[in-house]
Amino acid sequence: MVEIRWHGRGGQGAVTSVEMFALTAIEEGKFAQGFPSFGPERRGAPVAAFNRVDNKRIKVRSGIYKPDVVVVLDPSLMSTVNVVEGLKPDGILIVNTVESPAEIGKKTGFKGTIATVDAAHIAREELGVPITNTTMLGALMRATKLVKIESAEVPLKNRFGRLAPRNVKAMTRAYKELKISKAA
Amino acid sequence: MSKRIGMEIALAAAEAVALCRPEVIAAYPITPNTHIPEHLSDIVADGRLDAEFICVESEHTALSACCGASGTGARAFTATSSQGLAYMTEIIPIASAMRLPIVMIIGNRALSGPINIWNDQSDVMYQRDAGWISMFANNGQEVIDMSIQSFKIAEHRDVMLPVNLNLDGFQLTHVVEPMEMPDQAEVDAFLPSFKPLATLHPDKVVSMGTLGLPDIFNEAMEAKDEVLKNSRKVILDVWKEWKQKFGRTYEPIESCKMKGAEIALVSMGSMGETAEVAVDELRKQGVPVGLLKLRLWRPFPFKDLKKAVKGVKVLVVLDRAVSFGGPGGPAFSEVRSALYNEPDKPFVMNEIIGLGGRDVRVEDFVKIVEKAQKALKTKPKDDYEIYGVRGS
Repeated sequence: MVEIRWHGRGGQGAVTSVEMFALTAIEEGKFAQGFPSFGPERRGAPVAAFNRVDNKRIKVRSGIYKPDVVVVLDPSLMSTVNVVEGLKPDGILIVNTVESPAEIGKKTGFKGTIATVDAAHIAREELGVPITNTTMLGALMRATKLVKIESAEVPLKNRFGRLAPRNVKAMTRAYKELKISKAA
Repeated sequence: MSKRIGMEIALAAAEAVALCRPEVIAAYPITPNTHIPEHLSDIVADGRLDAEFICVESEHTALSACCGASGTGARAFTATSSQGLAYMTEIIPIASAMRLPIVMIIGNRALSGPINIWNDQSDVMYQRDAGWISMFANNGQEVIDMSIQSFKIAEHRDVMLPVNLNLDGFQLTHVVEPMEMPDQAEVDAFLPSFKPLATLHPDKVVSMGTLGLPDIFNEAMEAKDEVLKNSRKVILDVWKEWKQKFGRTYEPIESCKMKGAEIALVSMGSMGETAEVAVDELRKQGVPVGLLKLRLWRPFPFKDLKKAVKGVKVLVVLDRAVSFGGPGGPAFSEVRSALYNEPDKPFVMNEIIGLGGRDVRVEDFVKIVEKAQKALKTKPKDDYEIYGVRGS
């Protein structure tokens, strides 16, 4: 089982991300959970959301404390939230940032795999808004290989309707433009 | 044909309820059940369901409207949580006394105060003695299945009682997961239309909910108790039919890894799934522990419990509610009382966990089993504890 924690700010669509990622895995016949950090949300405040993915039925229903993967939608969170808390040493940290994986490694002290992409730039170009949730789905798919990127098209279409093709394009660009490296 | 879907469980609950073709839905939104009536109102507005959706100004009115609708012979549905359920309290025993087969889904949430929107089961426990059939779902699939079963059970001529179906708020309501959704033809074949015994109609006047003087009240209460107890047979029949048609098994108490178990946990709702993970791990380490998932809360499954605990030495009842100043949690109180006169019974202890959204993890169940192992040798001083209280 792979456990994923997403960090974002209220209004940036972290909950939509976990929903889309869970639905993509389910679309492939896998088992998955997607859930928010339970409770009220305020626009702009740090929020977390979670995914579990497995090939068999998932029974555990507690929170996620030792994720295999962390996705950061908003780089400004990194100065206020310890995004690598509990992240397994051999895990993956994926950040929307202009910085390189090496720079993120230095900032966070994380020694596992680090992947970065300028998702805000991609989202601004493709969607016209710096909302990076669907863009970062592409980054997560590339870094983890948990699901095929094509499998996301149905859930994105159901969710975004006529805006789906632009979200798919943003997601695909992040998939291609992601920089991955093992940090020192 | 059933279809595998991925969906938030609250939305799946609404879809399952819509498949049951309710004719009147009256609800007032309250976290964490909100998505259920909200999605049903979408389904009605989209023309997918021909129902009257009544936007009421309170939960008290929501259940009152359901009572009126059910009295006219309409299939009525509502959903709520916590204070919303508490606000229905005045009408809850009336619905059962009037034998109105309303189905209500409760997205379980702590009762205030302090104000708390998160999950525990204190809301439904507050309504324990109201004469409703009460059941718990452990996961999304069970929410779908039991929503559909609930209408059939409630409306059966030998039952004619309201049903509350409980799913843990957030822990279930807000989780996206895969489920099998039956199609309309399958549900139509399973669930006949509601045929009431008597209906409110201006052309043929009947009175419902009349005064009961002292000379009839004992008999009325006896009748209410009897019909609730007897609903067990219908519940089991409906579950048997469900198994035949949909292949999934439902029992008043589901036993997991109980063969040779010296220690057993008793759970209600979604924590049973996490407990199962702990029990599986402990079994691999050779710990003789099993799990009983209590699904049917009212009518309480005495027979099944007595049978299920045969050979168990320590039984740990997990409660998600407190009975303040009482003997422990409500499930514990019931379980211990059910076993008290049995000649061969386990030592029964109580852990009250997961209150107001406090997370319950696999390792918590492991610790609880360790405590039960100690109790095999030395009985603990206290009957119950609120688990994980800081500073204790």
